[in-house]
Amino acid sequence: MKTKEDILNLLENVQDPEVPVLTVIDLGIVRDIKIHSDNEVEVLITPTYSGCPAMSMIAMNIKGELLSHGFKKVIVTEVLSPAWTTDWMSESGKQKLNEYGIAPPQYSTSNNPREMDAVVPCPRCHSKDTLLISQYGSTACKALYKCKSCLEPFDYFKCH
Amino acid sequence: MNTSLIQYILHLADNSFIYGHRLSEWCGHGPELEVDMALSNIALDHIGAARSYYQYAASIEGNGKTEDSYPFHRDGRQFRNVLLVELPKGNFAESIARSFFFDAFLFLFYKELMKSADTQLAAIAEKSLKEVTYHTRFSSEWVMRLGDGTEESKLKMQQAINKYWDYTGELFSPSEIEIEMNELNIAPDITTLRTEWEKLITQTLEEATLSYPLRADGAWFQSGGKKGIHTEHLGFLLAEAQYLQKSYPGAEW
Repeated sequence: MKTKEDILNLLENVQDPEVPVLTVIDLGIVRDIKIHSDNEVEVLITPTYSGCPAMSMIAMNIKGELLSHGFKKVIVTEVLSPAWTTDWMSESGKQKLNEYGIAPPQYSTSNNPREMDAVVPCPRCHSKDTLLISQYGSTACKALYKCKSCLEPFDYFKCH
Repeated sequence: MNTSLIQYILHLADNSFIYGHRLSEWCGHGPELEVDMALSNIALDHIGAARSYYQYAASIEGNGKTEDSYPFHRDGRQFRNVLLVELPKGNFAESIARSFFFDAFLFLFYKELMKSADTQLAAIAEKSLKEVTYHTRFSSEWVMRLGDGTEESKLKMQQAINKYWDYTGELFSPSEIEIEMNELNIAPDITTLRTEWEKLITQTLEEATLSYPLRADGAWFQSGGKKGIHTEHLGFLLAEAQYLQKSYPGAEW
């Protein structure tokens, strides 16, 4: 009989479709696992951004992973509350992001619309002399920055 | 009660859906690439929220309803969004003015909706508030850039502010459904949001060196959306948004 831990280990194989170095565990989107029987399991996930188009792919991949490991019935349920936050991203996840070339979230979340972002170091040369180009990058979760030292652009995974 | 709750959820859903749709019209047409991406991402946030609301309504109504039943298979008079969000995208300043007014409202509104006795609505509000916080930065910063910009940008931004001002009154004027839901502690009392909203708006407008029309208490404003009485613009919007489902009902990916 598989345990929650077994299932969590299996979920380490499920990658984020957009940033494949991150797993769904790194992202902190797996909130709970309910084992209904030897053959049936329910995985509760929290979506990152409201309109994130990767969520349905992630749900499909979670199902696929667990079905291919012996479960006959896999249910993936979306839970909206508590709201996902980058605070739930694992430290190893943040390191992987940095190595991949995306600057990880720099601080803990807040809701003040006027607050300026903290200094974001360049993931390549690590310089702190960087510039925000656009609050919105290639996806809703990322912002676009430029490094004034090595002159390369890079994505920043926004604090959320 | 359930019918009223569904009607209330659809009001919230329609606001997000129609607003998201208008924002998405900039995709591929933005004045510059970064703005194009920004507006597309913001649109996606609202479509996501709309989906959550529509899914919730469908789960309560049952009857074979899905999240697609409401946005794609209702006619104009059944929509309950405020008029402000259905107005055409216009020029960039006009879209920014609309977003500026609506984002600030949503920011204050979601902070209150998070306290809703309905846990699913509170959860959707909690999630959306985080995103709307970014949206308000985007729209208010552009108001400032355009207002305190060139002569041309200032003129266009001022004209846009003046043009849409009359549509902001509806944001703080509750419908019967909203009053009913407020008595059940499900909906916030939106009349209480007006003062704070005016403060946020005027703060930015002053920084942007723009002026704004004063609104006396009891002054007339555009309304009707919450009762299903819409501008002529909604018809064209729905013709485009609903085209595929109306032509091929039940079509799926």
